[in-house]
Amino acid sequence: MSIMGTRVVRTEDPVFLSRGATYTDDLTDERLNGALHLTLVRSPLAHARITAVDVEAAREAPGVVAVFAGADIDLAPTLLFAGANPGMVRPWLATDKVRFVGEPVAAVLTEQPYQGQDAADLVEIDYDPLPAVVDPRAALTDEVLLFEEVGTNLAGGFGHDQEFDEHFFDGCEVVVTRDIVNQRLAASPLEGRAAAAVWGEDGRVTLWASTQNPQSARDEIASWLGIDAGLIHLIAPDVGGGFGAKIGADPEFALVVWLAQRLGRAVRWTETRSENLTGMLQGRAQLQTITIGGNRDGDVLAYRLDVLADAGAYPRLGVFLPFFTRQMAPGVYDIPKVESRARTVVTTTTSTGAYRGAGRPEATAAIERAMDLFAAEIGKDPAQVRRRNVVPPDKFPFETKGGAVYDSGEYAKAIDRVLEGAGYAELRAEQARRRERGDVVQLGIGVSAYVEITGGGAFSEDASVEVHADGSVTVLTGTSPHGQGHATAWAMLTSDRLGIPIEKITVKHGDTDLIPRGAGTMGSRSLQTGGVAVHQAAGELVELAKQRAADLLEAAVDDLEVADGAVSVRGTDTNVTLAQLADREQLKVDTVFDSGAPTFPFGAHVAVVEVDIESGKAVVDRIVTLDDAGPIVNPLLAEGQRHGGIAQGISQALLEEVVYDADGNPLTATFADYAFPSAAELPSFTLLDMATPTTLNPLGAKGIGEAGTIGATPAVQSAVIDAVSHLGVRHIDMPTSPLRVWEAINAARGERGAGSDSSEGAQQ
Amino acid sequence: MTTSMNTTVKVGITVNGTETTADVEPRLLLAHYLRDVIGLKATNVGCDTTSCGACTVLVDGESVKSCTVLAVQADGQSVTTMEGLSPNSTNLHPVAAAFRAEHGLQCGFCTPGMVMATVGLLKENPKPTEREVREGLEGNLCRCTGYHNIVRAVLAASGQDPDAGQTTSVEADAGRSPAGGVESAPGFSTGSGA
Amino acid sequence: MIPVAFSYARPDSLESALALLAEHGEDATVLAGGHSLLPVMKLRLAAPEVVIDIGRLPELRYIRLDGDEVAIGAGTRHRDLEASDVLGAEAPLLAAVARTVGDPQVRHRGTIGGSLAHADPASDLPAAVLTLGGTVVLRGPRGERQVPATGFYTGMFSTVKEPDELIVEIRVPRTGSSGWAYEKFTRRANDWAIVGVAVVDGRVGLVNMGASPLRASTTEAALADGASIEEAAALADQGTDPTSDLAATAEYRRHLARVLTRRALTTAAG
Ligand SMILES: Cc1cc2nc3c(=O)[nH]c(=O)nc-3n(C[C@H](O)[C@H](O)[C@H](O)COP(=O)(O)OP(=O)(O)OC[C@H]3O[C@@H](n4cnc5c(N)ncnc54)[C@H](O)[C@@H]3O)c2cc1C
Ligand code: FES
Ligand code: FES
Repeated sequence: MSIMGTRVVRTEDPVFLSRGATYTDDLTDERLNGALHLTLVRSPLAHARITAVDVEAAREAPGVVAVFAGADIDLAPTLLFAGANPGMVRPWLATDKVRFVGEPVAAVLTEQPYQGQDAADLVEIDYDPLPAVVDPRAALTDEVLLFEEVGTNLAGGFGHDQEFDEHFFDGCEVVVTRDIVNQRLAASPLEGRAAAAVWGEDGRVTLWASTQNPQSARDEIASWLGIDAGLIHLIAPDVGGGFGAKIGADPEFALVVWLAQRLGRAVRWTETRSENLTGMLQGRAQLQTITIGGNRDGDVLAYRLDVLADAGAYPRLGVFLPFFTRQMAPGVYDIPKVESRARTVVTTTTSTGAYRGAGRPEATAAIERAMDLFAAEIGKDPAQVRRRNVVPPDKFPFETKGGAVYDSGEYAKAIDRVLEGAGYAELRAEQARRRERGDVVQLGIGVSAYVEITGGGAFSEDASVEVHADGSVTVLTGTSPHGQGHATAWAMLTSDRLGIPIEKITVKHGDTDLIPRGAGTMGSRSLQTGGVAVHQAAGELVELAKQRAADLLEAAVDDLEVADGAVSVRGTDTNVTLAQLADREQLKVDTVFDSGAPTFPFGAHVAVVEVDIESGKAVVDRIVTLDDAGPIVNPLLAEGQRHGGIAQGISQALLEEVVYDADGNPLTATFADYAFPSAAELPSFTLLDMATPTTLNPLGAKGIGEAGTIGATPAVQSAVIDAVSHLGVRHIDMPTSPLRVWEAINAARGERGAGSDSSEGAQQ
Repeated sequence: MTTSMNTTVKVGITVNGTETTADVEPRLLLAHYLRDVIGLKATNVGCDTTSCGACTVLVDGESVKSCTVLAVQADGQSVTTMEGLSPNSTNLHPVAAAFRAEHGLQCGFCTPGMVMATVGLLKENPKPTEREVREGLEGNLCRCTGYHNIVRAVLAASGQDPDAGQTTSVEADAGRSPAGGVESAPGFSTGSGA
Repeated sequence: MIPVAFSYARPDSLESALALLAEHGEDATVLAGGHSLLPVMKLRLAAPEVVIDIGRLPELRYIRLDGDEVAIGAGTRHRDLEASDVLGAEAPLLAAVARTVGDPQVRHRGTIGGSLAHADPASDLPAAVLTLGGTVVLRGPRGERQVPATGFYTGMFSTVKEPDELIVEIRVPRTGSSGWAYEKFTRRANDWAIVGVAVVDGRVGLVNMGASPLRASTTEAALADGASIEEAAALADQGTDPTSDLAATAEYRRHLARVLTRRALTTAAG
């Protein structure tokens, strides 16, 4: 039986579960012996002029080797994301101005890590405060400018020059519009950012860094420092989660490289959680206006999405992500008219970038909210309204009004299956009973349907497979993972073709000298690019082996087959092992796979929540999801990806939000204040399967990594609103905290003129 | 017993059965003692506020967050870290083995703390229900797994069948539909039997 | 993050702990479980010069019956309270409240004395002791004194305890089989209370409804006058002064106090 599609436990785990993984801060490489420890002094103010920096006292502190202020760094400020407004450059250490709380202002290098914070406390910086601008709507007015010389806070946009069509909704019987918030989130991988650098005698630097894509990180750092990328040997050791926020390099990494060169010593940096929650890229952060129109039968005829995105202080990938939001705006629906625009502004907050889903959850949340509002307005079941408007299976490949070409999909079937799996009709009946009884704990049911885009950023990936004379195999891949289990899955793909057991297959990644090209793990791309490349390389190796064996075995290539690590003449005992072939001549294949286009996995989720309508607290009782990403290589790993995403989706809907006060002070800069769930707040999840292959790669595989955040978030938000919709509530922004739910119920009651006493919500 | 005032103190801590001693600053956190003084790097530090549990170890058999214990507070006591559970990577402790079998870890950063919290939990409650597992691990954050498979791993490590049933308060039959375009893989389970 | 350097002593008796405290005065801070002190020291919000570790003094760790009261050593860990058969039978509210504190790791370290001394308005045990009508036993150079919990708190993070005094014992009346309940409202299981309401024997205590733990005295008086649970609970926020923060507005806290009081009284009434 083929190993493909089986629940193979991870080859990574024995080490992870005995002596533990090796993250950047765990490295004991002897080149790092005696490394200096970098401690950054960060701005406590959101927006201010720096009037003086005094590092003298810090220089005298025990263990201090050097202290640098902005003026000591001879690197020009840099535009960190090429697509952004070119004047919005970031200095390596702030010189004249700071633009967010957490911006690095001085660098302290000490012999011992504990000495760093002691010395950092002695750095004296005088600030002249400027007004903060936290709300993107305020930023849009340009009243407070982050970059005075640029003259605007607009960092970028898509379709933002054109005006909306004022007749767009003509002919619609019903039009609903609403401002909604897709709140700012902190990716919060449990391992924060970390880097270590040492320059060698050969004039090259070895940089270990916690990144999702070492090759791109290497190139970014080289361009920032103005050096040849070939001088950087970047190694990503084990990486403790990324979720998009570790795509590429951070400026701190480049600073570590620069400091190591300047000081002629190895330098290490590991951020604290408080630094992480103000310094690491944050996600989402979109204000949206949704408008949906249609007829009372339930046909959606027109949809408009207006996005105002928050780039934070220094534009990075967050400037680009609204592109995906616009592209995926219509979701799974065949809507005759769709228009959208996106503007992105800088604010005096932490920069934004990718967070699991990166632009697509924002699109799904918007359209799914719009479908709910539309269904509520016409008084129809939201699941049925969805089903009625989805793209039918015979229309694929389907070019959407968002400008995407969906490869394959069975949207109505996905909705039907998940409704059936959740027992939708019975849930609605139970909801009706509770409403009838006036229960304190009401039931809410949320349904979402989604399609997303995976492998959207980079379509091509390298792979190399080599069989050694001892029968072992080495696989090199450019998709460097951070928990996804590629070492196991890529070994399965190789084993499937070569018939060599996975125990003998070593998958290597994350070392730019060994693997100079690669695009990394992000956008759910790994299997459909890197995995397929491995599959292809192993296939090519089979062909190569057959050709070499044909001479040896004096047989026609067509009569040969590869199984159990050997080439044999079909129907005979005559064979030569791949190891024997490798012993004669190197048996290795390098290949590149290019899918040329992204794929569009899809699914539907049902969330069941219980809402205590007196306190406003929502608890997730059940999540049923159907996620279709084509055929699954290893269900154990795919389910793990789904589980993790679902939890993050629930978390966005119920708990998480990065909050700043009006002065730009972050109020959620520790894990005590930035709340995401523990096991105690979540149920187990029910997962349903469907596998509609794509034609864009030989495995038929699409991406699965972000399904959870894309599908679960709107389902849970919708369920919370649904639980109190009979009280007149139509919308609650995320996170649907107890306070917000309670306020929404009060507001709805007030509007209905019930004027009830806020103390007693419902009859017992 | 340390009765005099000192700016460095000598500590002796039995770690995974081995006596260790060092002169340390009183402010040295146990987590850093383990990682930096004696070089056991499995124990991770994931936060500044005693929130994440990545640093969980056992002190005299009880789970504690080693980022919020001074090394000197553990003087004379016995500490167990994840390294102390399994003799080697091919011979995993039952809790560690269950985490592997149930795919209870992804990036692995929360894992040493999660495993040690589990060992502590099962000592106090050898046959926990799913709810008790979830509440017993409330001090440990994982950003990757959504906890589903961690909970399964703990149930499995306690000798219970993780498929035996999940409790929800809403009774509705969530019968699983068969897989779509491809055969469902053998042994497929979601830990949520209807 | 790591604390500012300090010097450390671990006296081997209560007497020498008190002597050290007297010697170092305001420069010294007592360390018990360390689960309030070390977090603030790591964030450098506190930087004592001298830390006196009383966390391992066996004479401070006990739970025993003493006449009509249960006497609890100040160094008794939350986990000890949670698992105590004596408390389970004689003051079950306290054991149940202890079970809601933080998470298992926190409960393995934190002590009841530390919790009362720290006097965080969001903490659970101070309100439980107040609701039980307990007493705090302090010892210092001027001898020992007993302070009723009602007079122990003077404001946010502040109590009548002098810097050279230690809490040595907490005494709570045996409530036996009287009805009790604790309603702790949080977003996540291991969070601090947004609002908490403890009820036992007609007394009602409130967590996080002011600078220190409070008794809902208007509610208690109404109950004593024969008001219904509904009526009495509707008065639960009278005389309180809750704050507004990320999790809750003051108005919402007042609302929660009323709702939770009704629920706790209903549960306690069985
Ligand atoms: C993650 C986390 C979550 C938590 N959640 C909760 C929660 O939900 N509810 C809750 O109530 N608490 C919670 N706590 C606090 C916890 O209960 C603390 O343990 C407790 O508040 C303090 O007890 P301690 O023994 O650790 O005191 P320490 O931290 O050692 O000391 C605290 C203060 O009290 C003083 N002190 C200690 N003992 C004495 C004594 N005997 N005499 C005089 N002064 C003394 C110290 O000098 C110090 O100022 C949480 C803590 C953490 C880290
Ligand atoms: S590092 Fe100890 S709890 Fe987070
Ligand atoms: S496995 Fe990554 S944090 Fe738990």
